[in-house]
Amino acid sequence: MSAIPETPWQGAWRRLISRPGSLVSIVFLAVLILLCVLGPLVWPYTESMQELERAASPPSWQHWLGTDSLGRDLAVRVLKGGQMSLLVGCVATLVAVVIGVSYGLVSGLASQRVDAAMMRFVDILYAFPFMVFVILLTVMFGRSLWLLFAAIGAVEWLTMARVIRGQVLALKKLEFITAARASGATTGQILLRHLLPNVAGVIVIYASLTVPGVMLLEATLSFLGLGVQPPNASWGVLISEGAAAMQATPWLLIGPAALFSATLIAMNTLSDALRDALDPKSMTE
Amino acid sequence: MLRFLISRLSQGIAVIIAVIVLTFLMLKAAPGSPYDKERGTSAVAKERLDELYGLNKSVPEQLMLHLAKYARFDPGPSDRYKGQSVTDIIASSFPVSAAFGLPALLLAIGLGVPLGALAALKPGSLEDRAAMLFATLGICAPSLVLGPVIAMTFGLKLGWFNVAGWYDSDDWVLPALTLGLIYAAYVARLTRGGLRETLAKDFIRTARAKGASEGAVVFRHAFKLACLPLLNFLGPAAAGLLTGSFVTEIVFQIPGLGQHLVNAAINRDYALASATAAFYAAMIVVFNLLVDVVQALLNPRIGFQQS
Repeated sequence: MSAIPETPWQGAWRRLISRPGSLVSIVFLAVLILLCVLGPLVWPYTESMQELERAASPPSWQHWLGTDSLGRDLAVRVLKGGQMSLLVGCVATLVAVVIGVSYGLVSGLASQRVDAAMMRFVDILYAFPFMVFVILLTVMFGRSLWLLFAAIGAVEWLTMARVIRGQVLALKKLEFITAARASGATTGQILLRHLLPNVAGVIVIYASLTVPGVMLLEATLSFLGLGVQPPNASWGVLISEGAAAMQATPWLLIGPAALFSATLIAMNTLSDALRDALDPKSMTE
Repeated sequence: MLRFLISRLSQGIAVIIAVIVLTFLMLKAAPGSPYDKERGTSAVAKERLDELYGLNKSVPEQLMLHLAKYARFDPGPSDRYKGQSVTDIIASSFPVSAAFGLPALLLAIGLGVPLGALAALKPGSLEDRAAMLFATLGICAPSLVLGPVIAMTFGLKLGWFNVAGWYDSDDWVLPALTLGLIYAAYVARLTRGGLRETLAKDFIRTARAKGASEGAVVFRHAFKLACLPLLNFLGPAAAGLLTGSFVTEIVFQIPGLGQHLVNAAINRDYALASATAAFYAAMIVVFNLLVDVVQALLNPRIGFQQS
């Protein structure tokens, strides 16, 4: 028994790092992010540097992941591509979270009629063929990167809105909300001071689920030639280039594909662990 | 029953109309036009083209004409492939997509359901862990990773199949394997979750208490309820599989519907893009309707009443 009781967030963190799987995932992702952000600054090669005499060479001590047919070092391109993929993952998730949380909060607090209409709208959007829409959005936005982030984010918010609305509906019946109202709190205050902190755990869980989903969507779009455009790299671009050249230079496919899969595994493991650690029921234990 | 069907069907039609209107407005808002790339188009020729394609009318008028075309199931000619109607392109590429999508769907169910059931019946066992490891791998090796890896292994290294293309009668195998394995992973996960939750319920204890055999308990009693979340997933999944997966069709260079949509987007073939979008929406609506009916049949508590 410690003298100072831990806060719910401290408890969640303790539960999170007590699982070996999630600890490994956290370390892996932290190292990956550090490498992607700082690595290209200190790497002996740049992503556009060409060594034609060493073109298309398999992994070696000089080039850990090998070089492509233009003599570019794959490792630094993977790190640069990782910057792009992680950036898309985070920015688009942020867009999705902001839209989804605001929509869910408003819908949950609004009158029954407005709520029903807002949720019917979400139901209709759920039935839309999403990949088709994202592909059409990329046509509309002329493959501009920032608008692509927004497009992916604008597509990924639906589940978040549904979940947050469900939480608000359950929370707003509880006594502490009634007490807050009785003591004269405005709807805005109730929203920010009482509801938002209580759904924060759920937001973190769903955001952590959205990041790998968004990264997969970006990789898919880039793979199809509709996302990040070469010579800029993202993991989708690199996997696509590797797949095109897999007969002569299979390492160009294997390296980026393995790293992308490992990242997805780590993110999914982490979000599973977050769900267990942040489960609202265990928050109150 | 009839009322339920009519209500669901009209909802579905509303969704399809919404998709058609939204794609139309999106493509209107997109910069550029289908004949931008043809250089040296004179002002007179442009005017004639605008007139031919009805681009000189107001946007609401164009929208109404557009909807009228779809109501007659004739979206008109492709903007890109001269002389081919959009309907013909879809009619010729849909069977190609379905030819590997259907085996993929069967593989996903045939592999995923037994694996998930096995895992659910022996929680914590080696089988359970192995099945869940498989499910995780399926989720973390998306088609853009698994597709090239399968093509490299079975096409290049082993030489059992063509690496890519749509020439031989067995060219459906590798794309079907790619998609089937990925979807099997999701199916296994959902089956395990649904079955474990159901097996803990009171009516299962009752069934066991009255002496039903383990097989009857699992397959006659539990599975009916346990497969509801799976069915929810399978509706849109089946629609997506049959209409082709974009990545798989690009990896294996298959002239299916997915490849046509991606190319239509890249080529600014508006007619083909919006018709394909509408077709996708229609497929999703049809399969969701099927799922609703099957669910209502399986679980009388859901029934046909809800609108």
